[in-house]
Amino acid sequence: MTIAPPPVAETTRNVAIAGNPNCGKSTIFNALTGLRQKVGNYPGVTVERKMGRFFGSHGEPMTLLDLPGSYSLQVRSPDEAVARDVLLGRRADTPRPDVVIAVVDASSLERSLYLVAQMLDLQIPTIVALNMVDVAERRGIIINLPALEEELGVPVVPMVATKSLGMVELKQAVSRQLLAAPKRLLPIPEPIRAEAESIAGELKVSPEVAFAEALLLLTLHDQALGDLAENNPAVVESVLAAQARLRALEIEPLSALVEARYEWIHEVCSRVVHKPGESGLTISDRMDMILTHRVWGWVSFLGAMTLMFVCIFTLAQIPMEWIDNGAKWLGQWVSTHMPESDLRSLIVDGAIPGVGGVVIFLPQILILFFFLGILEDSGYMARAAFMMDRVMSSVGLHGKSFIPLLSSFACAIPGIMATRTVENRNDRLATILVAPLMSCSARLPVYALMIAVLIPTASSFAKSGIMLSMYLVGIVAAFTMAWFFKKTLLKSDTPMLLLELPPYRRPSLRGIATRMVERAGIFLRRAGTVILALSILLWALATYPKPPAGATRAEAISQSYAGRMGHFIEPAIRPLGYDWKIGIGLVGSFAAREVFVGTMGIVYNIEGEVKDDTSSLRDTMRSERHPDGSLVYTPLVCISLMIFYVLAMQCISTVAVVRRETNSWRWPLFQIGYMTALAWLGAFAVFHVGHWIGFQ
Amino acid sequence: MPTHLLSALKAGQKGKIAGFDLPMEHRTRLLEMGLTKGVVVELVRFAPLGDPIEVKVRGYHLSLRKREASGIQVTL
Repeated sequence: MTIAPPPVAETTRNVAIAGNPNCGKSTIFNALTGLRQKVGNYPGVTVERKMGRFFGSHGEPMTLLDLPGSYSLQVRSPDEAVARDVLLGRRADTPRPDVVIAVVDASSLERSLYLVAQMLDLQIPTIVALNMVDVAERRGIIINLPALEEELGVPVVPMVATKSLGMVELKQAVSRQLLAAPKRLLPIPEPIRAEAESIAGELKVSPEVAFAEALLLLTLHDQALGDLAENNPAVVESVLAAQARLRALEIEPLSALVEARYEWIHEVCSRVVHKPGESGLTISDRMDMILTHRVWGWVSFLGAMTLMFVCIFTLAQIPMEWIDNGAKWLGQWVSTHMPESDLRSLIVDGAIPGVGGVVIFLPQILILFFFLGILEDSGYMARAAFMMDRVMSSVGLHGKSFIPLLSSFACAIPGIMATRTVENRNDRLATILVAPLMSCSARLPVYALMIAVLIPTASSFAKSGIMLSMYLVGIVAAFTMAWFFKKTLLKSDTPMLLLELPPYRRPSLRGIATRMVERAGIFLRRAGTVILALSILLWALATYPKPPAGATRAEAISQSYAGRMGHFIEPAIRPLGYDWKIGIGLVGSFAAREVFVGTMGIVYNIEGEVKDDTSSLRDTMRSERHPDGSLVYTPLVCISLMIFYVLAMQCISTVAVVRRETNSWRWPLFQIGYMTALAWLGAFAVFHVGHWIGFQ
Repeated sequence: MPTHLLSALKAGQKGKIAGFDLPMEHRTRLLEMGLTKGVVVELVRFAPLGDPIEVKVRGYHLSLRKREASGIQVTL
């Protein structure tokens, strides 16, 4: 989705916020813009673009752009590439910022200043927002602000963004009439400077960025240069020649430059930072001694995850009932206020239950996002990745893929949206591709019905056992497929893990609330519109052609297009032990798997409302027979059907979200394809291997 | 001075980075995260499953896998 930038005349300045991940960038962005913000994607990439408006200290309107968090301009992820390209003015869709707010974590000043050191080369007026000075102070780190301003040559504003401290001063700094571009203070080894200047002369870019571009080029390694050579062979040649000359002087351009920068930073820090002795263990260190402990770490980890899921499944129950009742009430209201017609049926039987069936998951999704927000902002997410990395890396994934997969137990949609924290593209895609294999809450009604048909009188212990094994099948399938994709389609070297473990901090509820609203909006808009269209389509399939007068609901559906599709796919599903009636259920489940229960209720002509524990549907299904007199729902069919639902991609909202997150139809279509194949093969294997062993 | 591998340190031990034996790309990333030659690194702990490790460098905490850590030489 593209966002039209606000009209130029209304904006006096384009301001961008840049900084490392976890430095409080987004908190500052939210505090400045409040609700005047828009979230979309940069055209052509799946990187989120957050733009907003705010007013300077004299009421002048300004545009604010929240750049993706990055550690360096020497990029290694699409997010970092976007940040670099915007700062260098390479993106046609985003103007080069007039002012940059460089957010710096005061409690780890040296590392944070590395990006600042690079940005000072860019010749954009820069303001350093020295965030989290409270944390630094608690650790006994005292920073001499005037001295730091002097050393960096740019204004420095001390802040505690989570408490809105320093926000006014930051606004004043950004609103200042004359903001000069920073002077180049950083000492660069002389041979590198000479080479960079000569390359800068060859580049066809604006003079302000030429030197910075040249430095970046000079420090690219061979492969990245190779990618560039297609467009710009002449420049690449001179870069290679320059690199060779430097190496002949025993200067490795990249490491020499990084070391020079860090040396400069270290000197700056030694002059401006006063540490009255190491204060020993911080609170954060003490927390980590428990939270990443060999025993207590796992106990607290399991505790946190259990709490999250208990809340998702219990707290969400009440608002879910409201939504359910609301949708029913609305349906009845329309029924009584509209004359009987196809249009009424479309609204009452198609649109309202279809959209209601999706919106009903909103409470769960919101609660999940609330917890994800707390895990992320408190710093615990990084610890979870730290603890789980060993497990995840065994299938070629990154520790950060764990939380998205775990979230998918509630719903794949927030899980897939949470993959944004995975930087490596192939890892992220692999995670997205397997996330829907984790049994989400929409599968529960299907499992419950099929287990009731399978073993109606068994103890709830046995029933839970079967339920649990379905979850296990999903987990095993997800990990196997992730491993398979990483070995084949998404082959890449196991990316290295470089994970910052930021100090624990109190999450800002305001920031989490903002994100929850934002994510809920995306879910409703993206998934809601597609769902509406598909519910109408499915309604039409189940309604037309119209049955002759006096036909029962079961007769009506069997001769509808949906019924014909059930017949049509029967040859494909007969090897799994299914008949055309189950086929109708499968067709109906394409949009959302939980529709299966309701559809089967219609197919078997159960009067009244069908719920998963309704014994009438269960008993009808148990006594249903093939024309030859044999039972339809043999134990093997029940299990094979459950396996099918574990593995199949039957959720149009997920398809819509995958399409949004990957920015193309290619991946969602591939995902539907592979998961359907997997589901068919899985169900086939269960049915036939089961027979062969001697089960029925 | 004898060098050790960063991955072979014990929890709580400190070392000074003496050199790297890693592909350029990985080395670059470590450098940019502040693991430059001569800087003092403390191995804070091993993850509960033994890998990755957590180190403290330039006042912040960073996690990396043993695979990469075994390409970093340190002197005690």
